[in-house]
Amino acid sequence: MIGKLGLFLVYGLVDSAILILITLGFTLVYSVSRLPNFAHGAIYILAGLTAWSVLHYLIDIYPMAIVIALLAAGAVGASIYRFLVIRVRGMPTSELILTYVVSIGIVELLRYMGFIGAMYHIPMLHEALVVIPLLNTPIDSHRLILMAISGILYVFLWAFTHYTKLGLAFRAIAQDEQVAMMLGIDSDNMATLSFFIGSILAGIAAITVLPLGAISPEAAYDALIIAIAVCILGGLGSIIGTVIAGLILGMARQFVTVFIGTQWQMVVVFAAIVIILVIKPSGLFGVQKEIEERV
Amino acid sequence: MRRESSAKREEVFTKRLDRGIKVRTDDIYALMGWREIMYLIGPRIIPLIIIVLLMPLVYPNMYLIRTVELAVVYALLSISWEFLSEYVGLVSLGHAYIIGVGAYLAAALNVYYGIPIFITIPVATVGGAAIVALSFLPCLPLRGIYFAIVTLAYPLLFARILEASGEAFLGGTLGLYGVEGFPNEWVAYYLLIIVFIISILGLRRLLSSDFGLIFIAIRDNDLAVEASGLNMTKYKTYGVFLASLPACFAGAYMAHLYLSANLGNLALDFSIVPIIAAVLGGMGMTPLVGSAVGAFIITPVLEFFRALGHLRMVVYSFFLVALIVIRSEGIVNYLWRKYHQFYKEVRI
Repeated sequence: MIGKLGLFLVYGLVDSAILILITLGFTLVYSVSRLPNFAHGAIYILAGLTAWSVLHYLIDIYPMAIVIALLAAGAVGASIYRFLVIRVRGMPTSELILTYVVSIGIVELLRYMGFIGAMYHIPMLHEALVVIPLLNTPIDSHRLILMAISGILYVFLWAFTHYTKLGLAFRAIAQDEQVAMMLGIDSDNMATLSFFIGSILAGIAAITVLPLGAISPEAAYDALIIAIAVCILGGLGSIIGTVIAGLILGMARQFVTVFIGTQWQMVVVFAAIVIILVIKPSGLFGVQKEIEERV
Repeated sequence: MRRESSAKREEVFTKRLDRGIKVRTDDIYALMGWREIMYLIGPRIIPLIIIVLLMPLVYPNMYLIRTVELAVVYALLSISWEFLSEYVGLVSLGHAYIIGVGAYLAAALNVYYGIPIFITIPVATVGGAAIVALSFLPCLPLRGIYFAIVTLAYPLLFARILEASGEAFLGGTLGLYGVEGFPNEWVAYYLLIIVFIISILGLRRLLSSDFGLIFIAIRDNDLAVEASGLNMTKYKTYGVFLASLPACFAGAYMAHLYLSANLGNLALDFSIVPIIAAVLGGMGMTPLVGSAVGAFIITPVLEFFRALGHLRMVVYSFFLVALIVIRSEGIVNYLWRKYHQFYKEVRI
């Protein structure tokens, strides 16, 4: 029993870290530009496959591949905003459809280019077996690094949005766009930057999460559903909500995996969306938006 | 609309004026002779009769008939999408879920319980619409992007659940096979056409009634609807139910036409093609007609691209992105303007 409990606790935390990593970028973009970036999952997979392609066709130096993949992800994200979304800004229906369709386009293009099947792997950041002392649960060092990166990214984002000029500008746009523009903050530039940073976060998630399994373009939709579920659970656009919701959902998913069966993971995600929408539609931490979103 | 003439470079602006015949026939219907009657019913009736009703009699080609059937299925989905997004204000990104529910319900009733086809189709239409309305109920009290986000997740999650359950639940990844087919091709074809005509006329009629006005009011100003003492969630649920009826019928029809319900019924095509059709045909000016005509235009094009495999989704996406980014007003809206108005250049 202690074995199962250990598995649940340790891998629940790992799963939470994965969910938080995948969702952070989506949340950042939404909180700054009020735009659900449905292309988030597609960019996530794109980053992973870029890293793979660089490793296999260009240079066999993994850090270089990571840098190139992250920059590619950022560039794709920023250009989605700069060249496409900016033209329909302020038309919510068109914005929604546009990012959704771009997402489908990227995923299906990757699939057409032959990235199908379970043969695309990117290497782990560090590979060694560690045994957690108290719970006696074996875990590999990559997963520990993943958890550390997830924590560091959250602290970094928090510090960034509270102590740097750019981060404060992000928050200003998120709180009141018109006043922010009066103070000389260009909302289009900020939104482009948020797409850039959000997509780089998706790239970081890809580099850390994807080595745990094979890369397939279909996983883009799973990543998107995860991001959506965590966001709705935590309250759209709330970064602390993302972390708490990630923890709850990760633990719940792992509980189901360990004690019931792996195939029910997605059902948990689904149930989480429905339950939170019925009980507290603004999400756990979306308090200030409750009046705005709920009629 | 400003335009510079190449010869003299003087400022000219184009003035749009309604044709006299439109003004005469617009509201009062004081029709004076065949010309005005034809002006009114011509564009409404002729395409329908020539292209849809008489086509299989004049030119009974199996492939062509199947293409028209697919076009009508997409047209049903498109009017359902346009009704929901343009007139109730709920943008659905997962229409595949609605058609999938219809298809699986009809197939399950037929395969598991042996219920005959002419009962499964109406039951799947109404029951499927009820299931869809109930499953979207959690996000209906909210406004904003919640509905779009949740509808996006539904078809993907439905497919994941089917994949996860093996073959225990609705046949899993294999799907349900051995569904009863239509008695003959004519029944299949004309049933679809009749339901299509009833859906489009019925929904248009509904939109101009008091009941439909509430939907439009919800889209325009939901707080005003609440302030009028109407339960907005209730009306949104009705809206989803009504919009799901044609889409669920399309699903049930597909299940019986292709003798199976499988994961293909939840494919992205069914989510994205209705949107392309509605954007291509144009929304707003001619309620629901634009998207139906868009579906008839886009389906043959998509049939042409079907051979491309995965690339076809890329082509669809590129096409839709282009249409949205250039902010096209839609083919039907354009033609409608040309039909009713003439242009006069006025020098400034």
